[in-house]
Amino acid sequence: MLVGHQPKEFLLAVSGLTVSFDGFKAVNDLSFYVEENEIRVIIGPNGAGKTTVLDLICGKTKATSGSIQFRGKELTKMKENEIVQTGVGRKFQTPSVFEDLTVFENLEISFPRGRTVFGSLTFQRDQLVKDRVEEVAEMIFLKDKLNTYADELSHGQKQWLEIGMLLIQDPDLLMLDEPVAGMSVSERAKTAELLNRIIKNRSVLVIEHDMKFVEDIAHKVTVLHQGQILSEGTMEKVKNDPKVIEVYLGH
Amino acid sequence: MIINSRFFNRSELTGFIVLAAVLFVILPLSLDVFRLNLVAKYLTYAFVALGLVLCWGYGGILSLGQGVFFGLGGYCMAMFLKLEASSVENTKIQSTPGIPDFMDWNQITSLPLFWQPFHSLTFTILAIILVPGLFALIIGTAMFKRRVGGTYFAIITQAVAAILTILIVGQQGYTGGINGMTDLRTLKGWDIRPDHAKVILYFVEVVLLFACIGIAQFIRLTKLGRILVAMREQEDRVRFSGYSVANFKIFAFCMAAVFAAIGGAMFALNVGFMSPSFVGIVPSIEMVIYTAVGGRTSIFGAIWGAILVNFAKTSLSESFPQLWLFGLGALFIAVVLAFPNGLSGLWADYVQPRIDRLFARKPKSGWNGNSVADGAPAE
Repeated sequence: MLVGHQPKEFLLAVSGLTVSFDGFKAVNDLSFYVEENEIRVIIGPNGAGKTTVLDLICGKTKATSGSIQFRGKELTKMKENEIVQTGVGRKFQTPSVFEDLTVFENLEISFPRGRTVFGSLTFQRDQLVKDRVEEVAEMIFLKDKLNTYADELSHGQKQWLEIGMLLIQDPDLLMLDEPVAGMSVSERAKTAELLNRIIKNRSVLVIEHDMKFVEDIAHKVTVLHQGQILSEGTMEKVKNDPKVIEVYLGH
Repeated sequence: MIINSRFFNRSELTGFIVLAAVLFVILPLSLDVFRLNLVAKYLTYAFVALGLVLCWGYGGILSLGQGVFFGLGGYCMAMFLKLEASSVENTKIQSTPGIPDFMDWNQITSLPLFWQPFHSLTFTILAIILVPGLFALIIGTAMFKRRVGGTYFAIITQAVAAILTILIVGQQGYTGGINGMTDLRTLKGWDIRPDHAKVILYFVEVVLLFACIGIAQFIRLTKLGRILVAMREQEDRVRFSGYSVANFKIFAFCMAAVFAAIGGAMFALNVGFMSPSFVGIVPSIEMVIYTAVGGRTSIFGAIWGAILVNFAKTSLSESFPQLWLFGLGALFIAVVLAFPNGLSGLWADYVQPRIDRLFARKPKSGWNGNSVADGAPAE
């Protein structure tokens, strides 16, 4: 896929990653690599360590050992907000939006400018901000809700809003934790459409249980089990892997 | 600057006009100097309440130690005034003339080094802002960078308030001990005790209060104000939107400290003394109660809370001194259980809709911008 004569550069290189909570290794010597513009889905049974992997990448949890390289930068040594500024965006499993603020204000806060104390005091809501907010709001189907307070949105709309908040950050790596969980059938279809549109020009790391959805979007699938990789490859390959069928898909 | 026509929305504008009319016109015309001076004392707590609106109401950081900053500001001012009152001719009966009386009683024979700069009014004014500001910066950095928050933070601020009180009481020779600094007389030769001086000081204080209201409102309207609200609800989301949450908390805490310190300095000027009884745990908690009663998310509400609760305190403790603390406790419980947004919440839910109906030609919801009103009918 990549044209060029240089050796292939990975966007994200996770190697030997281990985290232990009081001796319990939630993630154990995990290594995987994500390329530019790749959509990687992580699946696996409950407690496999999927969410922990995302927590480790975005800095929410500190690794016990191992390394996470993003465009050659070591993320394990950085603070959460620095990791965001390097270009990693994270969506949480439960929608976390600012309910006492309007949709516009939610998106505006995520706009990558004026992120210091002084910067936010002098931040101006100029045309560029307004245009970008409106553009993103249209993408996430909330254009006519810009002045609605976020607590009045439905569950699905909140999920979209959070995706929109990530989108406006324009991250190079987008991490989504169960983006369609708890959504109605029609919301699910719209979300798939939304995701297919926003994954252009960036890499995406998704955790998802909905196999139909996974098949729709995944370039490559990583199956986690007890903090380790059970299988990795295309959906076709993973689906026919007897180990995967036994621990995960068989149920 | 983004000061434009929307600096105050309609109900805030009403609040602004009402408060300005009451403080600038109605009270000075209707009260005698003694009562006006009492209002000046209540208003010193309004500064603290204003700071708590930013820090607690918006940022969600409950500080039970605002008395510390009120006290630091007050003591800085009182040190200047005390030095001026302790001139050599005023203190010639002391064994060491020219030092504050309490030092002389405690066998201190020369002015301590940290007292020296308080001969200068410029230094004093800077110290009133910077000493509490820096102290808040240190506490804030130590706590928030380590992600100490919520209840733990509240308890630690409470401990700081206790420690400072003990320190002030214990170091009697340097601080005046439990009696505090009394007998403050003049400011640059201008006597602060007579009635006309009290009236002037009252107006100076009200002007300062409105300046602080302006600053708080400005902060509230910038993106920083919205980040404070966002942080109160979803701290992680703010962090993962690329902000250093700790820095914003430190800023809010420092602003609250500086506002409280200005209030403390005005207290020393208006009331004429400063003592550790305004620093400790009880006054710090009372300050939180004023804010809660007035409405912690409303700038004007919190100021009314400070004025009204203190007014009630004076009136009630004149007639039933023992009952006051129970009354205050009951008030706090009532606020938490029955009207969590305080007086300003009651106003927004019940009074404002009636006013709107009376005046509005077209139906329009004019809520105060900070609380998401549920549109409860007035009936």
